[in-house]
Amino acid sequence: MPRKRDVSSDDVGIEIDGDLSDSDDGATQRRTNRRQAAGRGGARARGRGKKPASEDEDEDDEEDEAPRGRRGANKKKPAKKRGGGDDDDSEDEAPKRKRGGAANKKKGGKAQDSDDEDSDAGKGKKGKKGGKKGGKDEEEDSKGKKGDSKGKDKGKDKDNDKKKKKKKDDSSSDSNSNSDEEEESMSEGEMARLMEEVEEKKKLIATIRNKPWRMKRRLTHLKEAQQFVDKFEGALGKGKGRKWYAYKVMMTKKWIKFQRDFENFRTACIPWERKIKEVESHFGSSVASYFIFLRWMYGMNLVLFGFTFGLVVIPEVLMGLPYGSIPRKTVPRAEQATAQDYSVLMDFNGYCKYSVLFYGFYNNQRTIGLLKFRLPLSYLMVGIGTFGYSLMVVIRTMAKNADVGGGDGDEGEFTFAWKMFTSWDYLIGNSETADNKYASITTSFKESIVDEQENQKDENIHLRRFLRLLANVLITCSLGGSGYLIYFVVKRSQEFASRDDLSWYEKNELEIIMSLLGLVCPPLFETIAELEDYHPRIALKWQLGRIFALFLGNLYTFLFALFDEVNTKLEEEESIKNASIWAMKEYYANYTRLLNDTESTPPPMDPSDVIRGPCWETAVGVEFVKLTVSDIQVSYLTILIGDFARAVIVRFLNYCWCWDLEAGFPSYGEFDISGNVLGLVFNQGMIWMGAFYAPGLVGINVLRLLSSMYYQCWAVMATNVPHERVFKASKSNNFYMGLLLLILFLSLLPVVYTIMTLPPSFDCGPFSGKPKMFDVIMETIELDLPAFLGTLFSYAANPGLIIPAVLLMVLAIYYLNSVSEAYQNSNMELKKKMQMARDEEKNRRNNTDSTNQVMKDLEDLLPNRSLAPPAPPEPEKGPEQEAKPTKMKPGSAGKGVNLQKDVALASPNPNVRGPVNRAPGPRGPGGMPGPGPGPGPGPGRGRGRGRGRGPPPR
Amino acid sequence: MGNKQTIFTDEQLDAYQVRHLQLHGRYHELAPHLVPMDYTKDPDCKLPLALIVNMPELKENPFRNRIVESFSEDGMGNLSFNEFVDMFSVLSEMAPRELKAIYAFKIYDFNVDNYLCKEDLEKTLNKLTKEELTPEEVELVCQKAIEEADLDGDNKLSFADFENMITRAPDFLR
Repeated sequence: MPRKRDVSSDDVGIEIDGDLSDSDDGATQRRTNRRQAAGRGGARARGRGKKPASEDEDEDDEEDEAPRGRRGANKKKPAKKRGGGDDDDSEDEAPKRKRGGAANKKKGGKAQDSDDEDSDAGKGKKGKKGGKKGGKDEEEDSKGKKGDSKGKDKGKDKDNDKKKKKKKDDSSSDSNSNSDEEEESMSEGEMARLMEEVEEKKKLIATIRNKPWRMKRRLTHLKEAQQFVDKFEGALGKGKGRKWYAYKVMMTKKWIKFQRDFENFRTACIPWERKIKEVESHFGSSVASYFIFLRWMYGMNLVLFGFTFGLVVIPEVLMGLPYGSIPRKTVPRAEQATAQDYSVLMDFNGYCKYSVLFYGFYNNQRTIGLLKFRLPLSYLMVGIGTFGYSLMVVIRTMAKNADVGGGDGDEGEFTFAWKMFTSWDYLIGNSETADNKYASITTSFKESIVDEQENQKDENIHLRRFLRLLANVLITCSLGGSGYLIYFVVKRSQEFASRDDLSWYEKNELEIIMSLLGLVCPPLFETIAELEDYHPRIALKWQLGRIFALFLGNLYTFLFALFDEVNTKLEEEESIKNASIWAMKEYYANYTRLLNDTESTPPPMDPSDVIRGPCWETAVGVEFVKLTVSDIQVSYLTILIGDFARAVIVRFLNYCWCWDLEAGFPSYGEFDISGNVLGLVFNQGMIWMGAFYAPGLVGINVLRLLSSMYYQCWAVMATNVPHERVFKASKSNNFYMGLLLLILFLSLLPVVYTIMTLPPSFDCGPFSGKPKMFDVIMETIELDLPAFLGTLFSYAANPGLIIPAVLLMVLAIYYLNSVSEAYQNSNMELKKKMQMARDEEKNRRNNTDSTNQVMKDLEDLLPNRSLAPPAPPEPEKGPEQEAKPTKMKPGSAGKGVNLQKDVALASPNPNVRGPVNRAPGPRGPGGMPGPGPGPGPGPGRGRGRGRGRGPPPR
Repeated sequence: MGNKQTIFTDEQLDAYQVRHLQLHGRYHELAPHLVPMDYTKDPDCKLPLALIVNMPELKENPFRNRIVESFSEDGMGNLSFNEFVDMFSVLSEMAPRELKAIYAFKIYDFNVDNYLCKEDLEKTLNKLTKEELTPEEVELVCQKAIEEADLDGDNKLSFADFENMITRAPDFLR
């Protein structure tokens, strides 16, 4: 504090903006005298502090004192330097000013609160206080006011807004007094310095927001810093661009907001996201994973549906021959009587069978309609494209999931801590949402707890291994048993097929056995799996795999029966084909004979009377459609009875029952993840296989998935209870996807086989009359494409080309595989390293105390220079003031500028750091780094200080 | 280069002031009889916790009482307008992570000892889950959480621990 005077003189140097000065001047008349500034009014006063104290104006000084005092306190350092020698004020000025500026900002504001009140009337005044001019320069100081005025204006507005704190602003600005001359001489060095200071301010502003201060304090600082920045912006001439910048910033903000809104919108557009989240919050991610899978499936089927209907069904409906025009599009006369019966329609016979839904309805005309749409070609392409697209999508999704997932569960070091501290969403303002959030947080905790318990479990590993082995043996046995049973039953049914004297059981033996197996085995597997005691997530995978194997038996029998049927139909067809042709000929013969008129062309035979083949493709299609529909019925009924009825009974009979139904035996159902997932997967297999023979099947499936989404969501929320051990699903649904891929491959085989080898029916479907279905492609190549393309294709089909291609692919696979393995290894390595680094850090922190002690001792041993410096400054007071007057402004300005520039480069931020050093840092009392450039302070600080000290010697 | 940032600050400040006005409206609404419309004279009035936690922004928050308490100077949840503004500025999305971390720490520090100890965690957890977890589970979770985040081995979380942990959280201030 002693130094007030000196300090004040230094402080001077804080700039001001000229803009407002004019208007203010009027208000602040007292200063008018000093105001030569008129000239400068327009210019921005960047001239910071050249002017030392001007003692001329008493009033100013008075006002200044308070602030100065404070400032002085803050800046002992600058003061000290001063002491050194004022001859070269310019040299010192830069640092001082900086410090002074900082100090002003901080202290000035508060200090002056009181002052301001008084001086409010004349706002301009404060500016003056700062300005003390060295001998010659005295006149100039008045500029200071402008700054004030600005500050005040702002301050006032705010005041009106009920912020009193703002007042400080004024004060901050006041402290500055300016010399105008500098404006003109604004050199690069000054610019740099200004930039630097602005930079500092910015830093301050940025950090202010991070300071856990009370609002009052924060506002004060913020205001001051902002003001400073404002002014300098002007001083630097960047003000011109201001509007543009403001506009840009505003647009950035708007853009960010827009992006966020858009993100929200996109989330809102994800179908069923809310439903699934709701399920997830109550039942855990494992159940939700089923619904996500279902949604994905729906999306994929929608695309398939688009292809099939867009390229096959719709063109046929719009441009193809209408119903009843040709035999294949007409119900045979024998069936017409019952063709509209409900039971017949439900079996997809009658009108259903002869509709666009099935293969047989399509004509083999090469092109249809005005557009010359090549329907047969399109039909084949869509059939193959369905598989192609599905394969692509499944594999791509798997790859993407693998990318994202990283795997099961562990997401790093802070699972629980993160869950605990960051899981609540502070934006929730709706009680229902809040309830969901509570549920989901609880669920997620439970999931993690299960994981954790699993990790902590350590028991007899040998026993565990033995049990797991045993369980696998048991399950393999039962799988083998059921496999044999199926094989046996299928064989028997083939025998039965040739006999007529069958009992009801013998007729339905296959179905009965199959459904019995499906009913008994899954629970059996689950029971056996108890032995293994896996984590539920892994157990689910095993369970899925086992049931999948069981269901494959189902698929096998079904396909077996189907191929049997197809073969008989094919044989049958041969004879009918002849009969049909013969009948046709006979018809014409009869016609001519009866009419005795060979010339006239006979009218075509009534389409319904034509004898036709069995059309095995349609039969297969009907088979698949029936299966799908019955599957839908069964699964919906199961939910209705098994879950809903059970829940209702348990809920309401509980009031009048002899034991607790809810807690005891029937209880509520749990959601059967494995069953549902497999149901979905196998259903999709049916669709893939059937879609070629029944284009309508895809549409049915889309409806089914859509309805089951809503239905199952409702059922789960209404009738099920969460699993006992809620577990977290692996992030990627890749296991489901893997099953799907397997099924896709399995269903691909029979379809491709039929397309490539079986002859299509002679009288129905788009390929009738051709020896093989894919002949359509050959035909197109020959007829529609230029000849050279045909030769090209024949070359491409050459084994000599294909075999090397296959080899190449195998090599590529091998290469990629080994590369991915290598990556995996390095991944593991990195993970290990991270873990190690973390442990190390932990250790280090644990040891901080001891190391700290060592550091302290070290610091104690350093020469304590902080004691020395305080002395010198005082004496300098006098000299300083004297010195200032002697300075020549212009000259010094030039010098100062250069020096300052250097300084600026050297110490980017002395202002802010200065005070920090002084405060007893964490380093402790002994090491007081204060003056010493050596030990404590970082380079920046050290230099700042070093520079500070520099002057005194002079 | 400094330019953008400086102006940005301006902008923020402006937003700040606008928000103050709105906020004052909100503040006034909470207790029209207590809060004067005219704040130029800086009246000294405080709103009790009970009024503030009923704001829709806080109503559903399990930590609402703690939030308000940690922003009040007296620790009892009485907020002056300044503190009220403070609270909203910290809770706003413009607030930087570091600041949020500091206040989050304060909020979770139920017994105001500048450490998150086990009791704090238990309270936090019970509020988060509406006490749906069994005591053993709570115990396990708290134990694990401390184990994970405690770097200096004192069995409670200091702010350094907390900050280190929370600034890496993917969910924290997305």
